[in-house]
Amino acid sequence: MSLALPVRKYDAIVVGAGGSGMRASLELARAGLKTAVLTKVFPTRSHTVAAQGGIAAPLANSTEDNWHWHMYDTVKGSDYLGDQDAIEYMCRRANEVVVELEHMGMPFDRLENGKIYQRPFGGHTQDYGSAKMAMRACAAADRTGHAMLHTLYQQNLRANTQFLVEWMALDLIRDPQDGAVVGVTALEMETGEVSILQAKAVLFATGGAGRIYAASTNAFINTGDGLGIAARAGVPLQDMEFWQFHPTGVYGAGVLITEGVRGEGGYLINKDGERFMERYAPNAKDLASRDVVSRAMTTEIKEGRGCGPEADHVLLKLDHLGPEVINQRLPGIREIAIKFANADPVREPVPVVPTVHYQMGGIPTNYLGRVVVHEGSNHESIVPGFYAAGECACVSVHGANRLGTNSLLDLLVFGKASGEQVVKDLQTSPKPHRNLPKDAGEQTRARLARLEAAGSGERVADVFAELRRTMQAHCGVFRFPDDLAKGVERMKAVAERAARVYIQDKARTFNTARVEALELDNLVETAMSTIVSAEARKESRGAQARADFPERDDKNWMKHTLWYKEGNRLAYKPVQLKPFTVEAFEPKARTY
Amino acid sequence: MKLSIYRYNPEKDARPYMQDYEVQLEHSDRMLLDALIKAKAQDDSLSFRRSCREGVCGSDAMNINGKNGLPCITKLADLPQHVTLRPLPGQPVVRDLIVDMTQFFKQYHSIQPYVVNHEAPPERERLQSPAQREELNGLYECILCACCSTACPSFWWNPDKFVGPAGLLQAYRFIADSRDQDTAARLDNLEDPYRLFRCHSIMNCVDVCPKGLNPTRAIGKIKDLLVKRSV
Repeated sequence: MSLALPVRKYDAIVVGAGGSGMRASLELARAGLKTAVLTKVFPTRSHTVAAQGGIAAPLANSTEDNWHWHMYDTVKGSDYLGDQDAIEYMCRRANEVVVELEHMGMPFDRLENGKIYQRPFGGHTQDYGSAKMAMRACAAADRTGHAMLHTLYQQNLRANTQFLVEWMALDLIRDPQDGAVVGVTALEMETGEVSILQAKAVLFATGGAGRIYAASTNAFINTGDGLGIAARAGVPLQDMEFWQFHPTGVYGAGVLITEGVRGEGGYLINKDGERFMERYAPNAKDLASRDVVSRAMTTEIKEGRGCGPEADHVLLKLDHLGPEVINQRLPGIREIAIKFANADPVREPVPVVPTVHYQMGGIPTNYLGRVVVHEGSNHESIVPGFYAAGECACVSVHGANRLGTNSLLDLLVFGKASGEQVVKDLQTSPKPHRNLPKDAGEQTRARLARLEAAGSGERVADVFAELRRTMQAHCGVFRFPDDLAKGVERMKAVAERAARVYIQDKARTFNTARVEALELDNLVETAMSTIVSAEARKESRGAQARADFPERDDKNWMKHTLWYKEGNRLAYKPVQLKPFTVEAFEPKARTY
Repeated sequence: MKLSIYRYNPEKDARPYMQDYEVQLEHSDRMLLDALIKAKAQDDSLSFRRSCREGVCGSDAMNINGKNGLPCITKLADLPQHVTLRPLPGQPVVRDLIVDMTQFFKQYHSIQPYVVNHEAPPERERLQSPAQREELNGLYECILCACCSTACPSFWWNPDKFVGPAGLLQAYRFIADSRDQDTAARLDNLEDPYRLFRCHSIMNCVDVCPKGLNPTRAIGKIKDLLVKRSV
């Protein structure tokens, strides 16, 4: 381990080959930049593959629609924590990126007139929040993410993108002069070799970290690698207290059941068979925003109206849609319900429970995908050479709560925008690679050397399980002051244990124990940032619902949280309330 | 339950061997992958791929009691008390249940898996009728898990020359797409004694596909098109 790490040089490196990473890499490959896309799994195995319901775009194929309405819904859905410049940017580019995806070969479902099929989705309305829902979710049955991820991979093949498959990024390398990012260290899993990948631009598209909760819709690979890497390198994480609990995870298994089920006409019932959302959201009912529906479900369960012997879940009813609609529009859901819930939705309702699904926070970026940090009075200070897009980034378009189908849109718009920005930055003022700092790779070598040397200590699986239990118990749908304070202490103990983990397997070849130990470091940063940020925010907004501060407090808390690993410290920055070309949407009470 | 698992670490094992694991199942364990993760908790050197744990990413394909499948959607209740797990057949083993899938992906890449349309893209979406879109059902859902190709004797003998069921299913997916204009070139690419015609309709692919797809039918349709074109 004392030898210098081998160095590979690229113009640009993309970390992650999900929707945003592959949308970005397409721009880089087409521009002829020497690019490598690092990915822990073969690209089509990235978690974008599991997205189901659709991609938001105001194509107006079935109902009248426009980007202004979409923008309003997104701002309102964010509970006024979203940055309105970025939201305007996303909504205005939605039609462009979705049509482009269609041209790439995306197998969207179709209407009789041959246009893309669109379905209603939670929180998407016509005419600035009227009771009329907009049909805005462009869908490929209930496999939209799968279809999109494969389409993007196919286009990258065509563009000759270079993938480094089953490579895991480990740490960021920054120039000590000005903090510019000049590369990453990475582990090639098959050989166990660690290298420095040097680049003029590093773009993170590493996805979310839903695995920090015990019950999660997320894949095993969603361990917040980009967040952990950024945090260790001194970059703050923004708005990490905001985690979306998806209303319909399969009870007991966590697997996702798309909101598209409710878009197609399904609804939730309690043990009395009551369609309870009518009480909580008289207009939108089951198509209220996800935070609203998840709180309503949790309240039903808490007040004793849950279903099953433990009264700990509710039911999603869709049999009334008929086998034809279910088989044509929701075939994947039927498959999942039969396999994971032992319930065929054609005949019986599916037991569901709010389940952690999506991280609204992440690495702070502007709408062009450039990572920005807070320095003195400038909260938009650019980190040279560093970009982020997709779930690992916080642009922030989702604010305190994301609308369904806006995530795939986020991947496309900001994947493309960040790719375009990298091309522009590298081509308008071409510069040679900066020299690597003398200690490049030292941090990584130290982490690996400790794991190599440790012959005893904590087991990775035990510490990880404790981390997930802690987050589940202390930072859920409803948050309580004592729980949060205790949770912070419990997480500190988890972090201490994580520093003492050991692995028995010391092999070089495809050592998944080592990968899991390295992932644990990233999970710890993500979980710690979440619970510390949640404990500090003394209000309820979007996905953060505090029992002791049940109201939104715009006067004191309409601001973004920034968490720094060093010192476990928090700072805040203002929300961008000014869009580019339209009037700002002023905060008002949020009802559906 | 008892899991007998194929073990091989090229750094220390002269040859592969089978290792047994006793796993205590709990009520919350539903799928074979849950049991496999419990085995790994006993022995962290046990190596396998996994990600989505719901049958859409295609990572965890392996041979389960002699038949290829995905442990994440294989119900424990449907399995006997003793389960034997081996890597996908016919592929070079990297370690334990992890195989080198280079050849498999090379064949997928060889069929030009992307829509080719030579006209300038319109401002809005290209139109496609519901009936035209319907043609893609049973094709686009492939998750590239390789269960089918690695169950195919023709692919075992000629993995470098025969495209295999997964690649051919995708070849037909693009032929069947009304937006694609490259059918002639796609057929040329497959008109070869090996690439397409090594399929002898053994139908192992259909038998093992965890998504219920039918590569043999798609291959038959490509063969029909080639015949039609030659007359």
